[in-house]
Amino acid sequence: MAFHALIVDDSSAVRAFVRASLEDADFARVQEAETGFEALRLLAANSFDVVIVDVNMPDINGLELLAFMKKSPRQQGARKILISTQVDGPDAKQGTELGAEAFLQKPFEVGELRDLIRRLLASADEVSL
Amino acid sequence: MSDPRDNVQQEFLAEAQELVEALSRDLLLLDEAHHRKDRIDPSLINEIFRGVHTLKGIAGMFGYRHVGAVAHALEDLLDDLRLGRTPVGPHLLDVLFDSVERFQRLLALEDPQSPEEEPGVQEYIAVIRSIGTEPEEEEGDPLDRYAIEPAVLSVLTEYEEHRLRACIREGLQLFRLRAAFDLAAIDDSIETLRDVASDDAEIITYLPSMEGGNEDTIELVVLLASRVPEAELKNHFEGRYGSIEALAERTHLPTLPPRLTSIPSRAVSMGPPGEDDSNQASLRSVANSVRVDIRKLDHLMNVVGELALVRSAIGRIVERFKGESMHRQSLMDLDRIGRGFERQLAELRSGILDVRMVPLGQVFNKLARIVRQTAREHDKQVRLVVTGASTEIDKLIVEELTDPLMHLVRNAIDHGIEPADARTRVAKPPEGTLALNAYQKGSNVVIEVEDDGGGMNAHQLRESAVSRGLLSADVSHELTRQEMLNLVFLPGLSTTSEVTDLSGRGVGMDVVKTNILRMGGMISIASEQGIGTKITVTLPITLAIIRALIVTVASRTFALPITAVREAIPYVPADVRTIQGREVITLRGETLAICDLASLFGFRASTQKEGRFIVVGSMGNRELGFVVDGLIGQDDVIIKALGKSLASIRGFAGATDLGDQRVALVLDAPALFTEYFDGPDALRTLETRA
Repeated sequence: MAFHALIVDDSSAVRAFVRASLEDADFARVQEAETGFEALRLLAANSFDVVIVDVNMPDINGLELLAFMKKSPRQQGARKILISTQVDGPDAKQGTELGAEAFLQKPFEVGELRDLIRRLLASADEVSL
Repeated sequence: MSDPRDNVQQEFLAEAQELVEALSRDLLLLDEAHHRKDRIDPSLINEIFRGVHTLKGIAGMFGYRHVGAVAHALEDLLDDLRLGRTPVGPHLLDVLFDSVERFQRLLALEDPQSPEEEPGVQEYIAVIRSIGTEPEEEEGDPLDRYAIEPAVLSVLTEYEEHRLRACIREGLQLFRLRAAFDLAAIDDSIETLRDVASDDAEIITYLPSMEGGNEDTIELVVLLASRVPEAELKNHFEGRYGSIEALAERTHLPTLPPRLTSIPSRAVSMGPPGEDDSNQASLRSVANSVRVDIRKLDHLMNVVGELALVRSAIGRIVERFKGESMHRQSLMDLDRIGRGFERQLAELRSGILDVRMVPLGQVFNKLARIVRQTAREHDKQVRLVVTGASTEIDKLIVEELTDPLMHLVRNAIDHGIEPADARTRVAKPPEGTLALNAYQKGSNVVIEVEDDGGGMNAHQLRESAVSRGLLSADVSHELTRQEMLNLVFLPGLSTTSEVTDLSGRGVGMDVVKTNILRMGGMISIASEQGIGTKITVTLPITLAIIRALIVTVASRTFALPITAVREAIPYVPADVRTIQGREVITLRGETLAICDLASLFGFRASTQKEGRFIVVGSMGNRELGFVVDGLIGQDDVIIKALGKSLASIRGFAGATDLGDQRVALVLDAPALFTEYFDGPDALRTLETRA
């Protein structure tokens, strides 16, 4: 059931962490973007099942990417997870309005990330049934 | 379930180190701006915040709880700073600077996950938390002055919103730039846009729109704040970057003088989707750098070494069959192939070497922090002047170099540069100057640490050496001034603080010297009392591969690094004289000490009368002739370390494979120099004479 995920974060350690967490045991196929621009390129050309994006990035921030995805026909099926400083802060509130379905606060654990994605994908299946 | 963190631990450490280095660099910029009372660039503070924020996040994910705790406290402080709730001040800067070293220490902990309290961490966090914040004064939300579409406001982060408010408060006008970018080259285009904007406008954010975009291009709406009149901005950006328009101000607010506003702006709506006809996944990546473990490069270099042996083998086959007419054509082909192979190999080798090189600026940045800190500790005024920061040197050397240079810099400020009042008394400017100069000289890199302080007192050094029993009084009177200065490198002399203060040079110079020598380098000193001191460190550019002169001594083969060789001349026994127990010759009017390697290594004295050579070695400001039996030629050699059991033998840097199953020991030129000139033997010779 390997799904297609995108992690957008300017920290290579975080990307490596997410990739290692998700690619273990064929859970997912992960693509990485270091900047908002790189993410735009990937979002314009691929459909993802899950997109994990950090809110705090230079230039194009995570909220802008969410807004972009909301309108992008390719990403209508994507579950969106926003990584923010505080899960109940103003950035997260705006994220919800822009279509983020779940939030992660750094530091997060391997199990936390996987459970979150499992839950999101399960609810997606229910909807489509 | 295996813990994926194990595999990416290295990734974490590399990134954490980079973040801490960037933090150090940015803090110096912040300090400088504050010091000069310049306007502090908000994006600088945001960069610092973002770095610490990232560090906090990854430290937590990788179990570095102390790093995480400190970063968390700092993050809150920096958040207040970037959102304008806390002003920049000297105390705040000190606290921030402290964090750099603390992070470095915490990252180096053997067991970062230990729940044990790390000494001082809680206290430091308390200090950070004690820096108070001032509530933001609010006299109506400045954002209300503009009719900004909710679609735009909804995608601004807290920080971007803060910048927007701050810009409006400062009386800047808001503009909207709409431009299409080629997705493949967007990074470069944005970089150029930033450059164009830099002086005239602050870029608040970039909003990707779907209007006018497709798979290859995208339209961005860039929100700018600027003081420059609209017409001028239009000139600046239009033509180059689509359309620019001023954002309409709400006219009913009297707080700002009325302005002429342009056509009401369109809402930033996401229009109909672009064409969607390709299923091809674009896996192009813009990341254009990778991190590599230096051991992997060492391995590659070893492979290159093996390939060089293959090349020599081909050459020998060609040699062996030369003159045999039967396979003449094949031999010529083989020879040609061999040469082509050699060229490619040289290319490959220099490519690998190139990857290992890093600019010395990395170290100089750390030193700049030390300068600031030491100057503050000793209440001295010091101006740092750096030249040649882009000079490149092997990454491994850079790592090893930091400590010795740090030591030299501390010493220069602590014991060299005088307090402001003392300087004024001798008609020097109150602010001392510390210069760090780096430049390449052949296959060496030279680094100078120069101060305009009080200089060293050579006679006091000599007296200290005598009173400590390191030198007999009689011998001490025969020393030249330079030799007296060199005493500072003697173990046991410069390790006492009392001497330190007298000699004008600090502790542990012997350790500095040992470390530099270990890297195959050399250190020399020049000092004038009242004028200043200059310490010169000469280092090979790389440790991975060296060009060596292959010589024979008593039928054995040795390699002498070419960086230490100035020239080779025929050895004429009749020219040798003995001065003060040392053999010397006269070369171009100068006296040159010579040293027979056969007797130095304890081989039976050479019976060979003819065809011997003197290889003139040069290290720093000293020269020494090595007498050898024969010269074989020059070769690029890869030094392999001697095994543990041989590691303690002085005079050899390692061994190398010359091909043909021949192994040569690589001579450690700096060690031989030291042994000859300042080693225990040299001193003993002086004692005997006395």
